[in-house]
Amino acid sequence: MALSLSGESIAFFVLSMMAIGGGIMMINSTRVVHMVLALAFSLLSIAGIYVLLHAEFLAVVQVLIYTGAISILMLFGIMLTKHKVDEEDGWSGRLGHSLLSFLGVGALFAIVMGVIYRTPFAGKVAATKSFTVEALGKSVFKQYVIPFELTSILLLVALVGAVILAKKEADS
Amino acid sequence: MPVTSYLALGAVLFSIGLYGVLTKRNAVLVLFSIELMLNAANINLVAFSKYGLYANQTGQVFTLFTITIAAAEAAVGIAILFALYRNRNTTNADEFDSMKG
Repeated sequence: MALSLSGESIAFFVLSMMAIGGGIMMINSTRVVHMVLALAFSLLSIAGIYVLLHAEFLAVVQVLIYTGAISILMLFGIMLTKHKVDEEDGWSGRLGHSLLSFLGVGALFAIVMGVIYRTPFAGKVAATKSFTVEALGKSVFKQYVIPFELTSILLLVALVGAVILAKKEADS
Repeated sequence: MPVTSYLALGAVLFSIGLYGVLTKRNAVLVLFSIELMLNAANINLVAFSKYGLYANQTGQVFTLFTITIAAAEAAVGIAILFALYRNRNTTNADEFDSMKG
């Protein structure tokens, strides 16, 4: 694999380092609010990755839904529940559990990376000139219109279910 | 850029998320880690919409649906967490063991 230093590879390197760094900061941070900020940073970097892959609409959706809506939802989830600061001390007390998890995840990661680098992928690149928002909309509203409508029903059910679950129960 | 770089990024993010799910005790943080894992899967879908034998925009459509489902999942997850917190007064995932046999 020849490492050509094009603009795309530099941008990919920087963005992937930001995404992975945000993820690691989320795992290692001790305060819950810092974890939300690190996760939002990581998700924002993934939006940049989408731009590199010629998925501009998805990048905007990622910023709106993930770094906007879901981060704020998680912040509400943190603020409305109580957290002890010394609760997330990570390594002390549960060293065996953490070590076992680390070994398991490391083994899975090694297997996946081995598979990725051994598989001969076809080196073809799609005609990214045709990757427009118009084509995406036509694809969603013509070929995938039934899944789209089912998604709207699912969102309605999730909305009603979330309201019913989270609302205060009547005193009985 | 070869497609393997994007797949490797997805694998790294998935592993970080999986480690978070396995080790964090706070249920909110488990939800965060699940979001990270879903995003890692989305990166793979979008990568294969650009690279591959039959690469086309369908991968982006799939990712749109995944993002929608993930948003619904996060909302319902937080709602369940609120209900649990109201009943048990904790978000510690270790203490939610009332269904243990």
